[in-house]
Amino acid sequence: MDFAASLSLIVPELVLSVSSLVLLLAAAWMGDKASQLISTIACVVLAVCFVLVAPSVCAGVSGPDTLAFGGQFHADAFAGFAKLMIYAASGATILVAPAFFGRIGAMRAEFPVLVLLAVVGMSVMVSAGDLIAFYIGLELNSLASYVLAAFLRSDTRSSEAGLKYFVLGALASGILLFGMSLVYGFTGTTDFDGIHLALSNGLPTGAMFGLVFVLAGLAFKISAVPFHMWTPDVYEGAPTPVTTFFASAPKVASVALTARVAMEMFGSEVDAWRPIVIFAALASIIVGAVGAIGQSNIKRLLAYSSINNIGFLLIGLAAATAAGVSAMLVYLAIYVVMTVGSFVVVLMMKDENGQQIEGIADLAGLSRTRPVLAWCFMIQLFSLAGIPPLFGFWGKFVVFWAAVDAGLFALAVLGIAASVISAFYYIKIVKIMFFDEPADTIRGESDWVHWALLAICTVLISPFGFLLTAWLGNLADQAAAALFLLA
Amino acid sequence: MGGFPILSLMLLVPMVGAVACLLAGAKAARMIALVATLADLVLGIVLWANFDIGGAQWQFAERAPIFAGFSWALGIDGIALMLIMLSVFLMPICILASHSIEKRVGEYMATFLFMEVLMIGVFSAQDLFLFYIFFEAGLIPMYLIIGVWGGQNRIYAAYKFFLYTLLGSVLMLIAMLWMANEAGTSDIPTLMNYSFPVHAQTWLWLAFFASFAVKMPMWPLHTWLPDAHVQAPTAGSVILAGVLLKMGGYGFIRFSLPMFPEASAQFAWLIFALSMIAVVVTSLIALVQDDMKKLIAYSSVAHMAIVTVGLFAFNVQGLEGGMMVMLGHGLVSGALFLCVGVIYDRLHTREIDRYGGLAINMPHYATFFLLFTMASIGDAGLHHRQ
Repeated sequence: MDFAASLSLIVPELVLSVSSLVLLLAAAWMGDKASQLISTIACVVLAVCFVLVAPSVCAGVSGPDTLAFGGQFHADAFAGFAKLMIYAASGATILVAPAFFGRIGAMRAEFPVLVLLAVVGMSVMVSAGDLIAFYIGLELNSLASYVLAAFLRSDTRSSEAGLKYFVLGALASGILLFGMSLVYGFTGTTDFDGIHLALSNGLPTGAMFGLVFVLAGLAFKISAVPFHMWTPDVYEGAPTPVTTFFASAPKVASVALTARVAMEMFGSEVDAWRPIVIFAALASIIVGAVGAIGQSNIKRLLAYSSINNIGFLLIGLAAATAAGVSAMLVYLAIYVVMTVGSFVVVLMMKDENGQQIEGIADLAGLSRTRPVLAWCFMIQLFSLAGIPPLFGFWGKFVVFWAAVDAGLFALAVLGIAASVISAFYYIKIVKIMFFDEPADTIRGESDWVHWALLAICTVLISPFGFLLTAWLGNLADQAAAALFLLA
Repeated sequence: MGGFPILSLMLLVPMVGAVACLLAGAKAARMIALVATLADLVLGIVLWANFDIGGAQWQFAERAPIFAGFSWALGIDGIALMLIMLSVFLMPICILASHSIEKRVGEYMATFLFMEVLMIGVFSAQDLFLFYIFFEAGLIPMYLIIGVWGGQNRIYAAYKFFLYTLLGSVLMLIAMLWMANEAGTSDIPTLMNYSFPVHAQTWLWLAFFASFAVKMPMWPLHTWLPDAHVQAPTAGSVILAGVLLKMGGYGFIRFSLPMFPEASAQFAWLIFALSMIAVVVTSLIALVQDDMKKLIAYSSVAHMAIVTVGLFAFNVQGLEGGMMVMLGHGLVSGALFLCVGVIYDRLHTREIDRYGGLAINMPHYATFFLLFTMASIGDAGLHHRQ
């Protein structure tokens, strides 16, 4: 494949990189007063990329025509599906940020630029077909994320979050690189398909170590148990729009990357990694559910909720079938909508001075003081708990179906039983909002951007979401099929 | 009725009403709710009038494959028709009985109408997963009804109700997924004629049993019921006793018996043992209650135990008897809860001791109360035949 054809496959990434660099220069020249303009342009850029990627997802492209630069970059439907979610979630982050940072005078023009740079990294991650591309994408995303976590420079919590994220993230990157070097050493190639072929004659012990280290590094990025410890601290300390971002877009990218690594790179070694994934899935579901019960800060609670959700996503991966990956993608899409919706509600929790409120106790009696907000949040929470007829149920449904289809009964039964524990803390928040006497501390008004985002998320996960199942399932099936070409 | 989707319409009417109630003021919400439930009652009567007794097994069937993995499949047989009629009959009464609700009327009416959608949905669903969605979704409105408009200890009761029932039904979901995989369809009429391997039936039966035994409720999984009944507002208790408990019995008739006949025969001793213990134990517990609602709740457990005995007798008389007890209990326990509600609204007590001399001041009320109490005693005696 010639260079021009390769370039044509990475047009969305080119648009993103060029515009983020141009916007960086603009931010340096024009200063923070241009932050609104730069945010708007960044959103437009993301929308353009969304439109550029969408056709490849709808067409379900896969195969040799989608490989750029000799297989280093896969512009297939699987990557496209993940990219659509990443662009949408990142766009939502940029939309809610100005109101948050503007009030405390901390809105800087670099914020949208950093988000765009992280998006470039994530785009490369989900499209990576080679260990080098994989690592470059991951690090670009991580470095931008470390800065974003510490974005409120004068706030000690934010700085702490940034530092913790950086130190632990660097450790995870080290583990990952070590694993990659072992895999390369024992297979002699950095190409995913090449590694797949090299390993299909049996797994050398060294490569087995490499597999474990690579998965451990990725488990850190998706905050799967036992590599989840940073998540509650970072989610709590980071500014809320950044937490919204962390819980949505990088999760999508890392989970998609994990799926590609497991299915393409180690596709011939399913039996080797499946026990690891099953353990991480069950441990994440249980730790995420039990850990959330005692939380009093809503951001920490949602952090545990995201750990819990990662567990369900990994059940889809553990099935190691096209149906499992497809279920995982469907779950991921629904998860992103629910996460953005929940965090928008958190962003709308403000007192009369516009100060952010994060205490769960402050939600008391919200249904009487702010009924619309309370009803929307209740729908998000029941959906996160997976109670039908809300759309969150569909995510759990397809994931468990894939697990049953693959014969993983014990995993399905244990996972679904543990989901009852997680239902407990979601309905606890509903109880606080609906049954308790009003605390009446949440009085601040929010702008129409927040309401519009909340309305979109709520409608998508309401029972109307089920009308999308056929369409969404079809796209996810096509996308998942792109990972199973070698099998 | 041709191809007119009357069942979908019956689901749509309360759904639209629920949304309208959320947006409307208190007074308008009461009217909207009453109109919507009455309209559904009329539709139910039309349904009944057009039902061809002795005709095709599944009538008013609708199929619309608009979802992935399952389809919008509705249809009823005589059993479902009976329970749908019970639901649409009780709903307007519940709305009328809720005049003492003063706080958050719009939301209250909306949750009740939403509940009606789910009840009709459960009894008319012809697809495994559609059934599950309706069955499980009932947790949300009932959680709110108990928790927001309930009595003093409502939060404990709401939690207990929610978690108990959820834990019971998630296992059923796994069993359903396996069944759909095995049979290649989630269509209930098809599955009823599918013979599952005997060794698998045991597990499937137990998973369904976990769900329906909690819902029904069977001893010793009944403890959520007295709490939920006592704390729920009057109309909530009526719906709970009148219709929600019947979902368990309906589940046994629709799933456990026809789909896993071998396992049902194999486990009949378990059902009989649990039911017999339940009849004796919960009746004795009911004897010593001083709270009228608790008494009715425990007697409900005993009645439902008689239903299960009838259903697992494996003959027409048993099935018929079980269904008659379900219908009778639905009407009578609903009526009794309404009677308790009448006193509670006036005197704010449910203690049986305080009922002394009511017949002097409220003679008509006392007559009706006596009538329903006798019915509650008698319907067991009349229909309990195996």
